[in-house]
Amino acid sequence: MNGLTGFVLRRAVGAAVTLFAISVIVYVVFYATPGNVAQITCGPRCSPEQVHQVARQLNLDDPLFVRYGHFLQGLVAGQDYSTGTSVQHCSAPCLGLSYQSDQQVTQLILAKLPVSLSLVGGAMVIWLILGVGTGVLSAWRRGRISERVLTGITLAGTATPVFVIGLVLMIVVCGELQLLPFPQYVALGDDPEQWAWNLVLPWLSLALIEAASFARLTRASMLETLAEDHIRTFRAYGVGERSIVGRHALRGAFAPVIALNATNVGSAIGGAVLTETLFGLPGIGQELVHAVNVVDLPVVVGMVLVIGFFVVFANAVADVLYAVADRRVVLT
Amino acid sequence: MSLVDVTGLRVEFGALRAVDGLSFRLEEGAALALVGESGSGKSTVASALLGLHRGTGARVEGTVEVAGTDVQRASEEELRRLRGGRAAMVFQDPLSSLDPYYAIGDQIAEVYRVHARVSRRAARARAVEVLDRVGIPDAARRSRSRPHEFSGGMRQRALIAMALACEPRLLIADEPTTALDVTVQAQVLDLLHTLREETGMGLLLVTHDVGVAAESVDEVLVMRHGRAVEHGPVAGVLGAPTQPYTRELLAAVPRLDAPRKASTAPEEVVLEATGLRREFGRGKRAVTAVDEVSLVLRRGETLGVVGESGSGKTTLGRMLVGLLEPTAGSLTFEGRPHTGVNPAVQMVFQDPVSSLNPRRSVGESIADPLRARGERQEGRIRERVGELLERVGLEAAHYDRYPHEFSGGQRQRVGIARALAADPRVIVCDEPVSALDVTTQAHVVDLLGELQRELGLALVFVAHDLAVVRQVSDRVAVMRRGRVVEEGPVGEVYESPRDPYTRQLLAAVPALDPQAAARRRAERRELAVA
Amino acid sequence: MSEALLATEAAGTDTIVPAASGARQFWRRLRTQRAALVAAALVALLVLVALAAPLLTALEGQDPTTYHPSLVDSARGGVPIGSLGGTSADHWFGVEPQTGRDLFARLVYGARVSLGVALAATVVQVALGITVGVAAALGKPWVDQLLSRFTDVIVAMPLMIMSLALLAIVPSSFPRPVLVALVIGLISWGTIARIVRAQTLTLKELDHVAAARLSGWGTWSIARRELLPGIAAPVITYAALLVPMNITVEAALSFLGVGVKPPTPSWGQMLTSADVWYQAAPQYLLLPAGALFVTVLALTVLGDGIRTALDPRAASRLRVGTGRRRESKADEGGTA
Repeated sequence: MNGLTGFVLRRAVGAAVTLFAISVIVYVVFYATPGNVAQITCGPRCSPEQVHQVARQLNLDDPLFVRYGHFLQGLVAGQDYSTGTSVQHCSAPCLGLSYQSDQQVTQLILAKLPVSLSLVGGAMVIWLILGVGTGVLSAWRRGRISERVLTGITLAGTATPVFVIGLVLMIVVCGELQLLPFPQYVALGDDPEQWAWNLVLPWLSLALIEAASFARLTRASMLETLAEDHIRTFRAYGVGERSIVGRHALRGAFAPVIALNATNVGSAIGGAVLTETLFGLPGIGQELVHAVNVVDLPVVVGMVLVIGFFVVFANAVADVLYAVADRRVVLT
Repeated sequence: MSLVDVTGLRVEFGALRAVDGLSFRLEEGAALALVGESGSGKSTVASALLGLHRGTGARVEGTVEVAGTDVQRASEEELRRLRGGRAAMVFQDPLSSLDPYYAIGDQIAEVYRVHARVSRRAARARAVEVLDRVGIPDAARRSRSRPHEFSGGMRQRALIAMALACEPRLLIADEPTTALDVTVQAQVLDLLHTLREETGMGLLLVTHDVGVAAESVDEVLVMRHGRAVEHGPVAGVLGAPTQPYTRELLAAVPRLDAPRKASTAPEEVVLEATGLRREFGRGKRAVTAVDEVSLVLRRGETLGVVGESGSGKTTLGRMLVGLLEPTAGSLTFEGRPHTGVNPAVQMVFQDPVSSLNPRRSVGESIADPLRARGERQEGRIRERVGELLERVGLEAAHYDRYPHEFSGGQRQRVGIARALAADPRVIVCDEPVSALDVTTQAHVVDLLGELQRELGLALVFVAHDLAVVRQVSDRVAVMRRGRVVEEGPVGEVYESPRDPYTRQLLAAVPALDPQAAARRRAERRELAVA
Repeated sequence: MSEALLATEAAGTDTIVPAASGARQFWRRLRTQRAALVAAALVALLVLVALAAPLLTALEGQDPTTYHPSLVDSARGGVPIGSLGGTSADHWFGVEPQTGRDLFARLVYGARVSLGVALAATVVQVALGITVGVAAALGKPWVDQLLSRFTDVIVAMPLMIMSLALLAIVPSSFPRPVLVALVIGLISWGTIARIVRAQTLTLKELDHVAAARLSGWGTWSIARRELLPGIAAPVITYAALLVPMNITVEAALSFLGVGVKPPTPSWGQMLTSADVWYQAAPQYLLLPAGALFVTVLALTVLGDGIRTALDPRAASRLRVGTGRRRESKADEGGTA
């Protein structure tokens, strides 16, 4: 167990370092063009004087590393901002103020986060159940017609972009068949039943594609395990097919599925942006698209960092789960 | 009725006929070895006894009866009762033959519950019982370990325990000791012997190693190309073989008591290592692979380096040719400091598959040292490579062929030709024959000897096989845990070993004569007690 | 002695495979997969359409950017006039709602953008991945540490989010398709770098590389002769799967309005407002969606086929995709 604790600590430090590196890269990439930022923020019709004034107001004339220092300070200890007339205190973790609305980025994100978490969390449950289930089924029925049908469906699934599935689902279910109303977000705390009904379509459109890749992976790793020598041992000792597939082969698929789930958090958040835009859900994805369109840099940087945090965190958790599942990882 | 009765067995995989009309019987409690080189079909026979070819697309003909079950006609249910219940199998590689994710005790219990209607608890208790029986110390605690926490020998014991769980009447062992070191091999063979005496079960042993067969069975069946070449009591077949192939096979097996070439006594030192040391990893996890090794290699002689896995012999070999930097110590070649690679010090590698680039023709590989030296004239390169190919027993026309078109022995010859192309004075051979069949082994060893005499090469022959090393070497160094525990002329080290480890190693080498094998078994018991 | 000796040694093995170079073997294995062949044909057709876009539109007599206000009913919000969304002899697939631009022309020019951006992005990814991966594997330990950590960071950055954000800050004067390709390529080379590093490390340990060192070759010669051919197979395999992924990302970015911008046509961008028009002009939704689906599917199946052909052992174990190899299990049974 001692080795495992050490591993968890090392992994946590690694994740922190990665996050720090991401924050540096993101900050540098987005703020490295100072004149440009002021111009974009001010708008295309601003005169050079106006642009200069905006730049001063946003402290854009300071060297980049000084501004990054301020940013880090805000993140750790909070910061005061003067917004023309009044002074606003932004408490830690402070990601700065929106250029557009002077709102605190942290609060902006916190307000939108429940929507995105509802979407991704619910979809994750669906894709894991559906994907792993389909994968197990096709490994179990290997060599038969049903396996080929399942394989075909999952292949088609991986080839369909999220927004195409979403569009088709919305048009067919809400438009043509009118089985469900066009989704409108209802908070979980307000009405759990409505919350779920309104999220059914977004969940499905996000989950179906991810489920397809999980089905492919589960099936592949189970078949790989089934070809291993130890399976031959259990066959040679009269152990039945049910136990071989359900106990030994499935166990072999466990670690790769965890790993994929972690790496897929990133692409799932990307998918969530599309789903939110498509279904008009007020989550961070929609907010990000809006911020990108109006070039509200503090919001964009804050969102990218928060999403990066989730991805790094998910990867670290997966590594730890992986190590718990397979102690040999810790030893090496 | 016989325990095993095989008549006219024929197994085909597509166009390949692996077993071609084989018949044999095995009585209750008797022991039979199927001996053959790779491709002889011996393992296929073992699988066929348990009907493991069902559903794999292989075509099986003939009748196979095992412990009263007609394997060909049995239903799935009957087959499952036979497998593990009445006939159990032990495989070659004990690590990959166990599920890495479950505790060993649980895996044995799972198998036991397939055949016995008992509770989980009782099955677990049975698992501990059989693990104890095969000599796993502290079996109750160790039964909760997973396979990777066991050593190679322990894993093979655990696999044998799994086989014992249901008290089978027949044990099928498919190369059970091939992946093990020679001392561990001796322990496992002794265990099999003891278990057979105690339980009276029959044993079908599949092996490429004639010595292993001589140690363990009453009867031998020599196989080649899927057919039986010779079949009879072990003393008869190994002592007075009637078939040419059996004779050839036996002649090729290196023996500890075979006559040896006379040692030369050269003076001139070509390669000298002083206090060589090599560590891998840093800080607390640093491992010392080679520790304070000093050696001298003289012109025209062969220095054997022998040791078990993990003894550091390969690391030493790689340092001698300059592929690995020593952590400490120094090397001199012909009196000058030797750091980094030097074309005059070449290497022949163990694995004939990975030592040749599969994407380049063998001629191109052999020509590498010539081109690296600056030779640009294609005609001269082809001519020289052609000479080298012929010198190692291949044909000049093989220049444009690719490695996969050659057999293992031929590829090893290509490797030797490539080493020769650099005009070396020293060749370090790292297990040059351990991946080869025994008859091929003999040819390659002969070739190395011829080249040495002709070119005055100094050879370092690194190997785990004591008999081979004895055959080729003038002097020998025995390595254990990174250190040389004993070094001296071959005659002295093999006849009157001073170090206890050397004695243990020599006692563990299987003998070809069953009576000698029994004597050695007794010797090993004494050594173990002492 | 050689003849007799060769005979005995050759007889001892059953691993002698008939001669075939790598490329020929690859084609032979690819040919046995029907699904991959169909996919390859489809991909070839798509590439042809993309290349011949100006020719095809000239044949139709239209171009992708001209507005045809007379073909849409401005009183009803811009619904195309006529049956099937304005399909006619002049406009084979009808016209775009509101603007009246020719749909066929936009679709075939869209193929150019989709395939071009995806391929260019893949080239960037592969080039960066190989450079970083090989440098990490062959460099000093600290170089490896640095590059590997940097790769970790790159892998941790979500592709969609980062490219979405990056595309916002670059001035719009920069040619958009080139920009999209660059951004996708610059953010997502991490996985391929990891694959290349791992493969190079494995290859580096192989004896034939050690033998090449002993021959006296320098590092560069060894990398070129012994290593690069060895990493080609995994790189090609992964690159083949990157192309459809890049197509999806480009389409998604354009769908969100930050990728390729009008007037340049792109399939993803066409879908942005398609849901509003699906009743009046269903092909405005169905054509780009179908084109995307078929392209990505064909590229994925082809990628699976290439993997099977390059690494038949792994693929026959996994049997990923639809292509079932017709060979029997002979290779598993012969090793007695």
